[in-house]
Amino acid sequence: MSANSMTAGGENLDVFYDLDEHEHPEGYSTMLGFWMYLMSDCLIFAMLFATYGVLGHSYAGGPGPRQLFELPLVALNTAMLLFSSITYGFAMLAMNQNKVAQTQIWLFVTALFGAAFLTIELTEFASLIHEGATPQRSAFLSSFFTLVGTHGLHVTFGLVWLFTLMVQIGRKGLIQANRRRLMCLSLFWHFLDVIWIGVFTFVYLMGMLR
Amino acid sequence: MTTQDGAPAHSHGQDVAHGHDDRHGDGASHGTYGSYLLGFGLSVVLTAIPFWLVMTHVLPNQATGYVIMAFAAIQIIVHMILFLHMDNKSEGGWNMMALVFTLVVLIITLSGSLWVMYNMNTNMMPMSVEDMRQMP
Amino acid sequence: MSAPQFVPISPIFGRFTIDSLPLHEPILVATFCGVAVGGIALVAALTWFKLWGYLWKEWFTSVDHKKIGVMYMILGLIMFLRGFADALMMRAQQAIAFHGNDGIFPAHHYDQVFTAHGVIMIFFVAMPFVTGLMNFVVPLQIGARDVSFPFLNNFSFWMTVGGAVTVMMSLFVGEFARTGWLAYPPLSGIAYSPGVGVDYYIWALQIAGVGTLLSGVNLIATIVKMRAPGMTLMRMPIFTWTALCTNILIVAAFPVLTAVLAMLSLDRYVGTDFFTNDFGGNPMMYINLIWIWGHPEVYILILPLFGVFSEVTSTFSGKRLFGYSSMVYATLVITILAYVVWLHHFFTMGSGASVNSFFGITTMVISIPTGAKIFNWLFTMYRGRIRFELPMMWTIAFICTFIIGGMTGVMLAVPPADFVLHNSLFLVAHFHNVIIGGVLFWVFAAVNFWFPKMFGFKLDQFWGKVAFWCWVPGFWIAFAPLYVMGLMGVTRRTRTFDDPSLQIWFIIAALGALLIAAGIAAMLIQIGWSIINREKLRDTTGDPWHGRTLEWSTSSPPPEYNFAFTPVVHDTDAWWDMQERGAVRPTEGFKAIHMPRSTWAGIVLAGISVVFGVAMIWYVWWLAAISFVALIGTAIAHTFNYKRDYHIPAEDVARTEAERTKALAVEA
Repeated sequence: MSANSMTAGGENLDVFYDLDEHEHPEGYSTMLGFWMYLMSDCLIFAMLFATYGVLGHSYAGGPGPRQLFELPLVALNTAMLLFSSITYGFAMLAMNQNKVAQTQIWLFVTALFGAAFLTIELTEFASLIHEGATPQRSAFLSSFFTLVGTHGLHVTFGLVWLFTLMVQIGRKGLIQANRRRLMCLSLFWHFLDVIWIGVFTFVYLMGMLR
Repeated sequence: MTTQDGAPAHSHGQDVAHGHDDRHGDGASHGTYGSYLLGFGLSVVLTAIPFWLVMTHVLPNQATGYVIMAFAAIQIIVHMILFLHMDNKSEGGWNMMALVFTLVVLIITLSGSLWVMYNMNTNMMPMSVEDMRQMP
Repeated sequence: MSAPQFVPISPIFGRFTIDSLPLHEPILVATFCGVAVGGIALVAALTWFKLWGYLWKEWFTSVDHKKIGVMYMILGLIMFLRGFADALMMRAQQAIAFHGNDGIFPAHHYDQVFTAHGVIMIFFVAMPFVTGLMNFVVPLQIGARDVSFPFLNNFSFWMTVGGAVTVMMSLFVGEFARTGWLAYPPLSGIAYSPGVGVDYYIWALQIAGVGTLLSGVNLIATIVKMRAPGMTLMRMPIFTWTALCTNILIVAAFPVLTAVLAMLSLDRYVGTDFFTNDFGGNPMMYINLIWIWGHPEVYILILPLFGVFSEVTSTFSGKRLFGYSSMVYATLVITILAYVVWLHHFFTMGSGASVNSFFGITTMVISIPTGAKIFNWLFTMYRGRIRFELPMMWTIAFICTFIIGGMTGVMLAVPPADFVLHNSLFLVAHFHNVIIGGVLFWVFAAVNFWFPKMFGFKLDQFWGKVAFWCWVPGFWIAFAPLYVMGLMGVTRRTRTFDDPSLQIWFIIAALGALLIAAGIAAMLIQIGWSIINREKLRDTTGDPWHGRTLEWSTSSPPPEYNFAFTPVVHDTDAWWDMQERGAVRPTEGFKAIHMPRSTWAGIVLAGISVVFGVAMIWYVWWLAAISFVALIGTAIAHTFNYKRDYHIPAEDVARTEAERTKALAVEA
């Protein structure tokens, strides 16, 4: 066996080449790489939060959070996203048990919840714009729409990815490559829920406290 | 499995769908129905209480603010552990280190920006013509 | 909301009209003719020699980190010539524009020149050089066969090229930004820059930024996961350590740039109020955010330097690096501290004494670990047997030059001093001092050092020394006058001058720039001459410098698979250790090697991205929509390709290794 043991006193100092090499399995770096990407995405959101923090009180004589936000709707939205998180979790459990059909079903349910989230959010945006609270109205509204909208865009992208994966699982089953993809999407999806915790706390709830 | 110092370990080889065990060779752990349901339950509670506090104005505003921020932080940790399966073993501890580093940068840039811009605005941006007239 | 000025937009051509072509500017027309003639000649030559197939198969679609690294360097070199041309134009303008003379360039042109100079030099020269060198060297140094994500590597490269193409396009179609390289609002907002210039800037940087960010993710994963057995973190070559920290900075800083530019785009396209003067906007927030990116960016450019000079110093002193651990810790400390100094770029913007004091102190603190490194290099050289090859010469030049630039930086870190010196030529001299003395000199050292590894033959020493002796005095002659003028109070980005006593300084600076131009010419000659004489300069052993790290254990250039057998590492300076303890290179028992396939997807996706960017710049909405859909569609289609690898047969490996055995025997 080639020298690899780094435990105390185990190193074979005379071996310089790994003659009996086992290459890294395909996708060896994928989870770490995706996590790094997710950290960078986290920083994009951090900057949008910072901008909201700085500009979020600049109403320019226009409407503020108390005139605009409807907490019951936000609570419903939060519930949709939270449900989608747990249904994705169930999809992952089914994947670990190699159950293709169950995985696909839970993925589909996740997509439904995600779509519900987006629909509610879009109707919220539409009604805001209809009332004149457009992104152009004030810096507060610009930063609100951009922060919440960027989150929504990420959810949209996640849905596209999810449907693509469902097609790919349908074609190739739960091969290792598809599992990796499902695990990456899992990280992405839960991460979006984490961001949403920040959004509903700092934007909606704190906004109503002003 | 990667050893603690990060030297790469042997691989599993071919593209085979593993039979499941709780710890994969890649170091990622997975949940169970129980852990997902627990996370869900905790999240519901940690969401409902802040919403309730804000909607009913039970506490004074500033106290409410601190409480909901604390709940948000706790819920994020719940998500990290129970949904994202964060621990300091996955990827030989690199995931946790990356998260900590990101948090440090996040805290520095967020608090730094708020501090800097607050000072900027105070010094450089009077809010109205009346304010400008009041300035020495 | 500031309403966008009325721009006639055709449904087909967007806001492009014949007037968008600068047909009335003779300099640009002449440049275009030159570029067109050169381009046609190049295309004709490639066609005549039937090289398109070769280029496509062996280079453009390659996922080999070595080839991608070389392509990054070529990109950097080409863009360097463009950026330097901008510099010569600025020197010429400023040397002439006295006594009522308006100079060569009207204001709207000159403003684009200094903006383009900065943007190109930072994003399309320095970053590609840095990324290219890290890409080539790091997998070899850690004993790996490629990076973690070879396809992503190819894609990252072409996105960087896409950004460069977008900037170059602005020279001939439309105009570039006139805002300076960081495009501060409100000037860069839609109200004050309604033209295409700032949009070119935004899209070039967003496209290139995607490439850079993904490259950062790639190299972090590579260094963490792909190291050879036995190579613990504290046994990694120091260049790999600095590459790791650099890429951490990239992943943690570039998202900020993405977010800020996105918000600027929203202001310009949609009419939001992030950075406007009214409706609650705050332009100062842009400056705050852009420098949160901007300061780590300059550390991204400089950190690999600390690695290269460590390698070069220890190799050419024949000694182990002094203080390896302290070098590593200093690098890590710099990485963290890079995030707490950003305000020193805008002390004068009015954040007040307490904020300024805090950041002034942190800025001074961050110079300490850098100083510690310099001492480590000096101690490495002390009592060593120093060989003054070109990489070592550039190291000495760096030490002398960069230190002074660093010291002027500490001067600028004192807020009261900065109130006098901010945006003066003193500042310009300072950052050129550290960027040229630091970044460029390290790139030159690195190129001379690793060129034999990349191409199999050394660079000609004579022309290299000519280049050195033109560059180093040339730099000082070009920039010392700027220090003097800055202390006298002369402002940067100024096109004409009323004070005739300044002219002599500008003339001296222009002469320095011409000397640098001679140095660049000498470098081009060095490359050409070395190619012509490559047989005489051939590196047959793979280790022309008696190197210490694993890349020197391979042939020059390395085989496609880098290592027939992955090395097992027991100490830092792994190759030195192997040689000292009598490692024997295996000559049989080779196995098939698993390699990633080439891909067309990188260049196609980047190409579509450029089409999308250009469509957005010119408001050609139908094209933007189509290209966006095509982009997503192509990306999704690519994910349906699961067959991305192949095996190099064991016989091929055996044959390549046998040739190497023969070459080594001849040398012995």
